[in-house]
Amino acid sequence: MASTSALLDNRRRLAAIVWRRPWLRTAALLVPPVGWMLLLYVAALAALFVYAFWGIDVFTTKVVHTWNLDNFREIFESGAFRGVIWRTIWIAAAVTATCAVIAFPFAYFMARVATPRVRMVLFILVLLPLWSSYLVRVYAWKVILAQDGVLNWSLEKIGLPAANIGYSNTAMWLVFTYIWLPFMILPVYAALERIPHSYIEASRDLGGRGLTTLRRVILPLALPGVVAGSIFTFSLTLGDYITPTLVGGAGSTFIGNVVYSTGLGSAGNLPFAAAFASIPLVVMGIYLVLAKRSGAFEAL
Amino acid sequence: MERRATRVGLWIWTVLVVLFLHIPIVIIVLYAFNASNIQGWPITDWTTRWFGPAIHDGEMQDALILSLKAGGLATLFALVLGSAAAFGLARARFFGRNAISFLFVLPIALPGIITGMALNSFFTFWHQSFGLWTIVVGHATFCIVIVFNNVVARLRRTPTSLTEASMDLGADGLQTFRYVTLPAISTALVSGGLLAFALSFDEVIVTTFTAGADNTLPIWIFGNIRLGQELPEVNVVVFLILLLTIVPVTIAQRLTRESGILRTE
Amino acid sequence: MRKVRVRHAFVAAVAVALCVPTAGVGKADGISSITKVGQTEGALSMIGWEGYAQDQWVKPFVQKTGCKVNRKYAGSSDEMVTLMRSGGGGQYDLVSASGDASLRLIYGGDVATVDPKLVPDYKNFFKTFQSPPNNTIDGQHYGISLQWGPNTLLYNTKKVSPAPTSWGAIYDPKYKGKVTVPNNPIQIADAALYLSKTNKKLGITDPYELTKPQFDAAIALLKKQRPLVKKYWGLASDEIALFKNGDATIGASWPYQTNTLQAAKVPVKDLIPKEGATGWLDTWMVSKKAKHPNCAVEWIKWVSTPTVQAQQALYFGETPVNRLACKTMDKLAKGSCAQYHANAPESYYRSIKFWKTPVADCGNGRKDCMDYSKWVTAWTQVIS
Repeated sequence: MASTSALLDNRRRLAAIVWRRPWLRTAALLVPPVGWMLLLYVAALAALFVYAFWGIDVFTTKVVHTWNLDNFREIFESGAFRGVIWRTIWIAAAVTATCAVIAFPFAYFMARVATPRVRMVLFILVLLPLWSSYLVRVYAWKVILAQDGVLNWSLEKIGLPAANIGYSNTAMWLVFTYIWLPFMILPVYAALERIPHSYIEASRDLGGRGLTTLRRVILPLALPGVVAGSIFTFSLTLGDYITPTLVGGAGSTFIGNVVYSTGLGSAGNLPFAAAFASIPLVVMGIYLVLAKRSGAFEAL
Repeated sequence: MERRATRVGLWIWTVLVVLFLHIPIVIIVLYAFNASNIQGWPITDWTTRWFGPAIHDGEMQDALILSLKAGGLATLFALVLGSAAAFGLARARFFGRNAISFLFVLPIALPGIITGMALNSFFTFWHQSFGLWTIVVGHATFCIVIVFNNVVARLRRTPTSLTEASMDLGADGLQTFRYVTLPAISTALVSGGLLAFALSFDEVIVTTFTAGADNTLPIWIFGNIRLGQELPEVNVVVFLILLLTIVPVTIAQRLTRESGILRTE
Repeated sequence: MRKVRVRHAFVAAVAVALCVPTAGVGKADGISSITKVGQTEGALSMIGWEGYAQDQWVKPFVQKTGCKVNRKYAGSSDEMVTLMRSGGGGQYDLVSASGDASLRLIYGGDVATVDPKLVPDYKNFFKTFQSPPNNTIDGQHYGISLQWGPNTLLYNTKKVSPAPTSWGAIYDPKYKGKVTVPNNPIQIADAALYLSKTNKKLGITDPYELTKPQFDAAIALLKKQRPLVKKYWGLASDEIALFKNGDATIGASWPYQTNTLQAAKVPVKDLIPKEGATGWLDTWMVSKKAKHPNCAVEWIKWVSTPTVQAQQALYFGETPVNRLACKTMDKLAKGSCAQYHANAPESYYRSIKFWKTPVADCGNGRKDCMDYSKWVTAWTQVIS
C-alpha cells in the first residue's frame, strides 16, 4: 500500500472480494457493533450477575468470593423486599396498560384521521416534552399534586372535592404514565400507519362493521406496535428510582431504590444490590422473549 | 370513513392527551418567573431576575457544553455502529440474526440502573477514570439501537436493484455507498441521530454511574434541585433549552416528514 | 483468503480497541500522610455537598492559589464513598465526608492523614471539633473538620399546638400522614437516641453503637412510625415543598429547611427537643490517590478561615467549627452567630450526638454491634 494508485487498486480488489463473498461483508459490518455490545455491555452485565452469588465481609465490607445464594434468600425471606418487587412490577404493568389505552386512540387519530399538517404538529407536540428535562418535568408534578397544589386548587375552583393523591403510589402511577407516554404513542402510531388501507376496505366489503374491523383487523395489526411500546414503558418504569424519590410517598420504594441504596458501587453491599438488580433483569428477559414472539421487534 | 361521532371523540381525546403532555411544561415555564425559590401554588410574585444569573452560571455553561459534546459524540458512535449493524443484518438471513438484534435492544429494554451499574463496574475493573469518554460509551451503548432500527427499516424499503444497477454501471462498493445508499438512508440517519441525541441529552441514571468530576446538564439540574436555593434558575434553563430545540425539531420533522421513537418509517 | 482474514481481524481489533478505553495509569502507591505543602498543581477536583463550593468563596480561592476547581455534588453519603472509590480512586482529591461516611473511608484505606499544623486556623477550632471520633483515630487526623449542624424537630406553628418539646411528636399517631423524616439509614440513630432517654432498660449509651436487641427495638419503633409518615424525604427541597404545600406539618429537619421556609413566610419553627439531637459534622478528607494534594491542602486552609467559614455557614445554614467566624457571621447577617449557636459553650456541642459510621467493633472488645450494612438493609425494609 505504498502509492495511491496501488491503494486504489487494493481497494477495488478488496471490494471485489467482498462483493463475491457476502458473508464477509456481513461479518465486517457486524463485528464492530456486536463487539462493542459484547465486550462493553454484555461482559459487564455478566460480571454484575456473578456478584449476586458472592457476599461481603461485615468487618471490612470487602467482597468475599464464596459462591452462595444468601443474597437471594435474604431478598425472598423478607416480606418488605417481596413487597418492593411486587409493587414495582405491578405499577410498571399498570403504567404500561394505561399508556396503551391512552396512546391507542391518539395514535389512531394521528395515523388515520388527521390531515398531514395536523399530524406534523402532533408529532412535534409529542416529541417536544422529550427535550425538556425529565427531572424537571417530574418535579413539576410535585407542585401539581401537592395538598395545596395546582390540582386541588383547580378542583376547589370548580367545586369538586380535593384529590389528595400527592406522595402516593397513585401519584407515581400518574407521573410514570405521563413521562413514558410518548414512548408508547410513537411505535403504536408506526404500526397503525403501516396498515394498508385496502385491508380495512376489504374488511368493510366483507361486511365488517366499524367495531368488528377495529377488533379483527386493526387491533391485531397494531399489537406489535403496542408490545414494542410496552417494552419501553415497562422497562423504563421497572428500572427508575428517581420518580419514586421525588413523587412517591412512604412505602413507594422501587427495586431501583433498593439497588441504589444498598449497592451503589463499592460503598455498600454490592453483591446484595446485584442480586436485587438481577430481578428486573430476569423479568425483562422473560418479557422480551414473549415480545419477540409477538413480532414486536419488527415494529420497534 | 370513520363515523362522525367517532371522529369527534378522537379529536377530543387527542386534545386531552396533548394537554396532559403539556400542562407540566406550562408549569415549568411559569415557575421560571417565580420570585420565591420555593414552588408553591398559586405563584404570588413574578420576576425575571432568575434569567440573568441562570444564563451566566459558569457551572451550567460547563455542564451544557459537556452534555452537547457527550450527546454529539455518542450520536456519532451510534450512527456509525448502528448503521453498520443495520447494513450487516438488513438483507442477511442467518442463524443468530435474531440474537443480534435482541442484543441491541437490551440496553434500552433493561432498567437504566442495571446498565449504569454494569458499566460502572466495567470501567472500575479496567481502572478507567471517569469522564467524557465513559459517558459517551454509556450513551452510545443505548443509542445504537435507535439508529439501527431507523436504518434497517429504511433499507428494507430501498430496493436492492438500485445498488445492483450502480455496480453494473461500474461503480465500486464505496462509490455505490457514497452516491446511492447514503442518500437513500440520509433522512433515516437524521431522525435517528436526532432522537439518539435527545435521549443522551436528558439521560440521568446511566450518567450518574458513568460520569466523572464534570457534570452533564441533567446532573447539574439534579444537583440544583436538591437544595433548591436557586430552583427557578433550573426552570429558566429548561425553558430556554426548550425554546432552542423547537426549531431543529420542527426542521427535522419537515425533513423526514414522519418520526417514530425508534424509527421514522 | 488468509490475508483477508488477517486484515478483517485487524479491522475488528481496531474497532475493539476503539471501544475498550485504554486502561488508566494509576500511580503505584498513594499518599498515606500529608505533612507539608508544596507547589500547587493548578487544579483540584472535589466531591461535596451541594452548596459547599459556592462561587462566593471558590473564585477568590482560584485567584489566590491558581488551583482550578472542579466540583461534583453528591446526593448521599453512600454516593460520596462510591465516587471516591470509582475508577480505582484518584478521580477526586477531596471529599466533604459527613460522619456516616468518614469511618468507611478511613477503614477502607481511601483517605490520607493530614497534619493539622498545616492549617493555621486549626488552633481556633472549638475543642470538640479538633479531634472528633469521626475523623480522628488513634490521634491520627484523617482530614480537618469543616461545619456541623443539628438534626432538628421542625413543625408548622399553625397546625401543631401545643409546641412539641420531645421527639415523641414524630412517633405520635396524632400526626398521622403529616410526618416527614429523612430517608437515610443513619435515621435509626434518632430512634435509638429517643429510646435511650425513654426506655432506659435497653441500656443504649451511644446511638451509633447498638447491639442486636437495642437495634431491634429501634427498628420496631421506626416500623410503628412508618404508617404515620407522609414521605421519607430524600432532598432538602422535598421537605421544603412538603411544609410549604401543606403535605407535612411536623418532621425531622436541618436548619437549612427552617431558614428557607421562614424566609418564604411559612409559619414554621424548629427546636432541639429535650432528648437532645443527633448532628452531622463534615470533614474535608484528602484521597490517598489525590493527583493534586497541595491544592487540596490549600483548599482546606482556605475554607477554615473565619470569613469562608461564616460565608458557608450562612449559605447552607450550618455552624462553623472556627470560633472566630462568629464576628464575621454577625457582620454578614445580624444575630446569625447566636442563631446558629456559633458561640455556644463547649458543653452545648457535647450534647449533640454526632454522626459516625456504625461498625461491628464498638469498643470494650465487643464485636457484637450492628454494622452499617445491617443498618442499610434494615432501614430499606422499614421504609419500603
